[in-house]
Amino acid sequence: MPMDLPEAILSVRDLRKAYGDKIAVDRISFEVSRGQIVGLLGPNGAGKTTTISMILGVLQPDSGSIRVDGMDLATGRAQALGRTNFAAVYAPLPGNLTVQQNLRVFGLLYGVEELSERINTLIGQFDLEKFRNMKCGVLSSGEQTRVALAKAMINQPGLLLLDEPTASLDPVAAREIRARIRQFAVSGEGGVLWTTHNMVEVQDVCDRVLFLSHGKIMLEGDPKTLPEEHGQPTLEDLFVAVAREPLTQE
Amino acid sequence: MTATYFRPVIAISLRYFYLLRGTPARWIPVFAWVAIDIVLWGFISKYLNSVGASSLNFVPTLLGAVLLFDFFTRVMHGVAGVFLEDVWSRNFLNLFASPLTIPQFLLGLVVTSTVTSLIGLMVMLVLATALFGLSFFVYGLMLVPFLLILFLFGVSLGICTCAMVLRLGPSAEWLVWPVPAVISPFAGVFYPISILPHWMQFVGKLLPVSYVFEGLRKIISGGTVPAASLILGGGLAVTYVLLACWLFKRVFRHAVRTGILARYSAESLS
Repeated sequence: MPMDLPEAILSVRDLRKAYGDKIAVDRISFEVSRGQIVGLLGPNGAGKTTTISMILGVLQPDSGSIRVDGMDLATGRAQALGRTNFAAVYAPLPGNLTVQQNLRVFGLLYGVEELSERINTLIGQFDLEKFRNMKCGVLSSGEQTRVALAKAMINQPGLLLLDEPTASLDPVAAREIRARIRQFAVSGEGGVLWTTHNMVEVQDVCDRVLFLSHGKIMLEGDPKTLPEEHGQPTLEDLFVAVAREPLTQE
Repeated sequence: MTATYFRPVIAISLRYFYLLRGTPARWIPVFAWVAIDIVLWGFISKYLNSVGASSLNFVPTLLGAVLLFDFFTRVMHGVAGVFLEDVWSRNFLNLFASPLTIPQFLLGLVVTSTVTSLIGLMVMLVLATALFGLSFFVYGLMLVPFLLILFLFGVSLGICTCAMVLRLGPSAEWLVWPVPAVISPFAGVFYPISILPHWMQFVGKLLPVSYVFEGLRKIISGGTVPAASLILGGGLAVTYVLLACWLFKRVFRHAVRTGILARYSAESLS
């Protein structure tokens, strides 16, 4: 397992979370480097969202450590979260505020300097000018995703967490979003941890993938070469095989 | 503490003021209900003045008590209402995955409630003075500590109810609104707590607001408010604010540890 990548923006060590007898995440360790997009894959209930929740500081691990840009989340929560941001389908922005109002509120929450200028830049980048004064609740799911991504970029995060960001988008919009996130990573601004069930997307954007199943990392590597290395025709076949493997062994 | 510290506090308040600006219906709880209360109790007070044999003026006694109790209610509901906006819009994940700290969050709730409560208070003062001749000069400088005690106790109860909703889930919001009504019989808003049964008197003496209403009646009857009573009421109110902040922080940590916060959009939590 490559544990010492240069410039790790996220470093997760021996992370564990159990709900009673059920172990949701079982001592996983991984890193995300600056400029890298890492895909976190796995079947439903594998522990992906639990992992992301712990990195976002809204769920306390039973053991293990999380460091964001060198800052320990347990002891420097505000500093670590100030270098992080996220977008997830299950965390929509308040629909009763306009696009600009939401960006301003979250910009203040993240302590962004020269906020008005930053908001204008993001509105331009994510093609939101015509929705600037519209309430987020009336936007289409694709438009809402763009606003959520603009919010996720408001503090120019070192670590960007994306939980199925393209789940509700049409192929054209999804491709645009992938290109923007790719651009974010390539620019070296930060690293991205991306969860999705779309294997084509994973091969298109991710530099590395982690296969999570039953709370454990079962496999990791380059999504373009992994299937062949494990004797599977496609990434999807590999996904299915990995997801089933622990069950058949039990 | 730098100006940067207050940016998240401003964010919490700004969000609510955006909502107030964009939705006229949200102004109703800010001043409409208190205005209705003032009008209703103003006429009741006038009626009692006209039929009662007593020389007691009911306007400063009853209407003044209603006004002060409504101010306390507004503060408490104000704190809880700002919190509930984030419950309703399922915004907890976005909020608490940001660098926002609990003291900043609570300060944001209190600042917002202070502004809206003062607006409500102004409306009540104008109505009570213009329509029913209630003069606040009758309470003298005592009005300042009275309002301060009511404000602090309103803040403490508001934060406690936020902790309760965070712990029990969104459906617990229905337990928030009746809290002032539950407190009022013990607080002696309209009568001295000495007429209550002993156990109710005991509860009343633990409520900072009861010292305000006892003091108010003392002033109206020509007496003076004992300093010890004000100090006790103020001391209790400050203690409850500190306890409420401690409680919220404890409940928040529990919510982070158990996963309640991460799964908060569920209708009810166990």
